[in-house]
Amino acid sequence: MTDAELEAYMDASAAVLGIAIAPEWRDAVRANLALSLRMATVVAAFPLEDEAEPAPVFTP
Amino acid sequence: MSDTAWMTASEIAAAVAAKKVSARAVVEAALARITERNPVLNAFTDITAARALARADAVDAGRAGGALAGVPFAVKNLFDVAGLPTRAGSAINRERAPAARDAALVRRLEAAGAILVGALNMGEYAYDFTGENRHDGPSRNPHDTTRMSGGSSGGSGNAVAGGLVPLALGSDTNGSIRVPASLCGLFGLKPTFGRLPRTGSFPFVSSLDHLGPLARSVGDLALSYDAMQGPDAEDPMCAGRPAVSVLPALEQGIAGLRVARAGGYFRTNLMPDAAAAVEKVASALGVAREVELPEAARAQAAAFLITTTEAAALHLERLRARAREFDPDVRDRLIAGAVVPAAMVGRAQKFRRWYRDAVLRLFGEVDAILAPATPCSAPLLGQKTFVLDGVELPVRANLGIFTQPISFIGLPVVAVPVTGALPVAVQVIAAPWREDVALRIARHLEATGVAVAQRPA
Repeated sequence: MTDAELEAYMDASAAVLGIAIAPEWRDAVRANLALSLRMATVVAAFPLEDEAEPAPVFTP
Repeated sequence: MSDTAWMTASEIAAAVAAKKVSARAVVEAALARITERNPVLNAFTDITAARALARADAVDAGRAGGALAGVPFAVKNLFDVAGLPTRAGSAINRERAPAARDAALVRRLEAAGAILVGALNMGEYAYDFTGENRHDGPSRNPHDTTRMSGGSSGGSGNAVAGGLVPLALGSDTNGSIRVPASLCGLFGLKPTFGRLPRTGSFPFVSSLDHLGPLARSVGDLALSYDAMQGPDAEDPMCAGRPAVSVLPALEQGIAGLRVARAGGYFRTNLMPDAAAAVEKVASALGVAREVELPEAARAQAAAFLITTTEAAALHLERLRARAREFDPDVRDRLIAGAVVPAAMVGRAQKFRRWYRDAVLRLFGEVDAILAPATPCSAPLLGQKTFVLDGVELPVRANLGIFTQPISFIGLPVVAVPVTGALPVAVQVIAAPWREDVALRIARHLEATGVAVAQRPA
């Protein structure tokens, strides 16, 4: 994903959430988002069974 | 009793119980030290002097008391303290209504005779490893006040290491007790996830938040931990296990315990002082075995992801309405966290269970695992980057790379401080619910002089 694509995604998602990103914050938010997405990609690359259960356990 | 500044909580409680010193004298001395030293250390954001003196008088009159009689303590300012708004290191929260009652752990410590003297500085909303705070200024390291205390429980670290109080409570989501314990040279206990109730504390990441003590001795960790255990229906994450006192087992030594050191991920990105600390502890324990925590780097990534997204969900309304009032470092990460796709976070929670199962298998073969607590000793205040294995990396995110994969699956850890030009700690990690094992090993290291909370010069 290019920087421009990432910014477009960031702006659209922030708009959906109702968060206004000030011009002076944009670079830092984009850099943090790029880092978070790298982390997410690392996690997603790990093969898991469809039946794998998430960690949190809800007790009714 | 001329110098109570470096007395342990256990020593103070014994002296108060024997009426060698009054609780009032102990508390007055603590308040005097806070008045004198806090302008430099910047540990306390609130001092509850009137309340503390009234409580001390109650202890002296025999109306209150217990195993911690007369022991002054303080709490990270995300713990509710009756009458104070729970600021959690933020500017925004200062507008909250004053807390109606104390946090559960404050109530439990005071029920044992301890005396709350104030609330402590912290990184905003606990999203921090440095102990720096845009609104209140940084917590300064007592060993060198130009350096970081570590965070996010920065005030909990420097208040205890600076001799202001013998005991403080902090929170640890990804390392926020163990990082300041390392940088300030203290013993810190992060219990098993779900062991101590979080009732009456401001959350950060519900899936990962733990509370625990920092102190200058292992005995004080055990004493305070024993006073804080037990179920609490008000925290749904609290496991509800009965209290199991660890104090009686503390002096049992390490005979029969199988200890290994963590290899792979935990052998890289270490500066020489942190590497030497692990070497010293491993050598003192005669550790020959190395174990690999499988997929530790991925665990760090998954903890990072769950943290940033859950925290963003917590703060969403504040990000919409009041983003300018956040610490910019915290705000920019939270906004990024808010827009991470949810499907990726779901994967992280599934991976978490896989990783838990894989690591728990190791505990069939060993009783405890050693790992570094931080990659280095305290960086300078304001320092943005450091070099690990030849790569320049941001300090803020990377101080917690060794703590994060452990708290991710809630394992109990005692951070044990090793002295050097500056202190740095080693994690003693045990199986779930086996705080006693980690504490016994820590006590052995303390008794043999390997781990020491050194008094700053």
